[in-house]
Amino acid sequence: MAKAANHRTPANPGLAKAPTGIQGLDEITGGGLPRGRPTLVCGSAGCGKTLLAMEFLVRGATQFGEPGVFMSFEETAEELTQNVRSLGFDLDELAQQKKLAIDFVRVERNEIEETGEYDLEGLFVRLNHAIDSIGAKRVVLDTIEALFSGLSNNAILRGELRRLFRWLKDKGVTAVITGERGDGTLTRHGLEEYVSDCVILLDHRVMDQMSTRRLRIVKYRGTTHETNEYPFLIDADGISVLPVTSLGLQHTASAERISSGIPRLDAMLGGEGFYRSSTVLMSGTAGSGKTSIAAHFAAAACARGERCLYFAFEESPGQILRNMRSIGIDLEPWVKKGLLHFHASRAAIHGLEMHLATIHKLVREFQPRVVVMDPVGSLTSVGTRQDANVMLTRLIDFLKMQGITALLTSLTSGDEALEQTVVNVSTLVDTWLLLRDLELDGERNRVMYVLKSRGMAHSNQLREFLLTDQGVELQNVYLGAEGVLTGSARQTREATEKAARLLRHQEVEAKQRERVLKREAQEARIIALQKEFEAEEEVAKRDIDQEQSREETNRQDRDRMGISRQGDKVLKDAEPLARSHETARSRK
Amino acid sequence: MNDSAKLAGQTAPLGANGETEQWELRLYIAGQTPKSVAAFANLKRLCEEHLPGRYKIEVIDLMQHPQLAAGDQIVAIPTLVRKLPEPLRRIVGDLSNTERTLVGLQLRPAKPGK
Repeated sequence: MAKAANHRTPANPGLAKAPTGIQGLDEITGGGLPRGRPTLVCGSAGCGKTLLAMEFLVRGATQFGEPGVFMSFEETAEELTQNVRSLGFDLDELAQQKKLAIDFVRVERNEIEETGEYDLEGLFVRLNHAIDSIGAKRVVLDTIEALFSGLSNNAILRGELRRLFRWLKDKGVTAVITGERGDGTLTRHGLEEYVSDCVILLDHRVMDQMSTRRLRIVKYRGTTHETNEYPFLIDADGISVLPVTSLGLQHTASAERISSGIPRLDAMLGGEGFYRSSTVLMSGTAGSGKTSIAAHFAAAACARGERCLYFAFEESPGQILRNMRSIGIDLEPWVKKGLLHFHASRAAIHGLEMHLATIHKLVREFQPRVVVMDPVGSLTSVGTRQDANVMLTRLIDFLKMQGITALLTSLTSGDEALEQTVVNVSTLVDTWLLLRDLELDGERNRVMYVLKSRGMAHSNQLREFLLTDQGVELQNVYLGAEGVLTGSARQTREATEKAARLLRHQEVEAKQRERVLKREAQEARIIALQKEFEAEEEVAKRDIDQEQSREETNRQDRDRMGISRQGDKVLKDAEPLARSHETARSRK
Repeated sequence: MNDSAKLAGQTAPLGANGETEQWELRLYIAGQTPKSVAAFANLKRLCEEHLPGRYKIEVIDLMQHPQLAAGDQIVAIPTLVRKLPEPLRRIVGDLSNTERTLVGLQLRPAKPGK
């Protein structure tokens, strides 16, 4: 998708182009070399001219169905075959399939005596024969300037070269002519005079003991082309040129959120984590836990089933795996599953451009959704800050264009302002986590906070985190008089709070118990009173009964006296009285 | 001119230096150009003069046999190749400069000499 965007269509559709198949070169030439015309590739010794020319031929033969002739003036066919075998080009096989013809032209001055007029018809005959024998569409002459050292008559040579290039054009082959860089001129013998349609300059520069190969289109007649110098690298797959990704801010912004791998950190980031395809910078002092958090992020990506590319500039993969295992993050299964790929290399082994090119290449090959670079600041040890800046800008843009979420870590050295990264990329990143050591009460504790995070409501809190057996754990926040409490201070505070809580709890329980007791006492008292009352009641009743019985006795006595006095009235009154006496007794 | 013109004298008298070895010369041309014609004429004259009876000239026209050009590493036309005696020598040009041709063929030490 991004590649298609980079791949501009030629501005001039009238000019036919022959694609080289070389990674990146077709992009900056807008489609390839001018078809049917010669192109001059010049550069100093060892800058990759021959290889570029060879790759042009091999790719032409294998990818575009255009057989090619390689006319070598310096190396024999065997040497060439051996040299490019390491790149996976099998010239013997191509020659057998009639896709490639190599002709080695040896011109030794000490074997040659010049005696009068001559021309280079022999060369023409050989070239023509080679072209016709395989129906070649592409031709390489490497390095035709060798003729100048073999033959002394420059006037004849120049005339013949002019004729040769004319002849190549008439023949309709797309030719690459290589030339050695001269003093102040593109080529030692002024070949640019004859080959003027397209000139590519290769350069192999060593700065601060770092070598970088660069490529520049000096001219390209009849078409627009990129004019910058582009770094390129030669590796196991041949040449790849690194087009500076168009620094136009065209990437689409994704609303998708992905987890940082640490739930409480996600909570700090608006509750959902980072935006997909955003660039996250994590800066911090030495030992502040950058790699551990990066490992969480990588593990989370793999757990989602996404591929993660991890660039380690300071530790070997084995070391990272071991160290992360110690805090409970096991990355090894992901490596085995092919979801996690480590690329570990010292920053100092290449120049910046080379790193950028390597990163590009790996990203294209591995197609990750997530990239970790740990630490990005070590790249400054390779180039100047400005260079590193430019490179990171390119890199971030490139990753964004690919929709890749990138986590960059950066080391802040102690004497620098914390809000300054080694590389000033702060304006480029979308989310910036700052890790730092808080030195207080004779301890160092790790804290982190979100310095910025574009497009989300993020936490403003300073959070302490611990590296535990289960990975990074963000701790609760305790604010003290001096700010956030960390380490022992936090633990003390936690303990105090716990004690206070316990005390309060105990008090409540005591009160509860007291209440129960009180109620029980109350109830007891009620019962006692009741009993007392009942006792009194009983006494009262007994008194009443006694009183009644006494009254009865009295009445009977009276009755008895009455009977004795008036016998006939006794039976009438005596009956009901006896009955009422009975009922009172049963009621008891 | 034929493709292959052999002018041989097998048992020729010894040369001035007392050499008896056979000379095998090959002249590469590309079509009947004035340069080719001149080269052949010059070569023949020189051989008659300096190598009477012990030389062999083979003329190869690359227009007809282009595949032969690579074998002797022919770039310039005309080219004279001394196959024998060893070592192999190449002389390019129409051989109009007799002095240089003789030096090239090592028939004469390079300039006044001893």
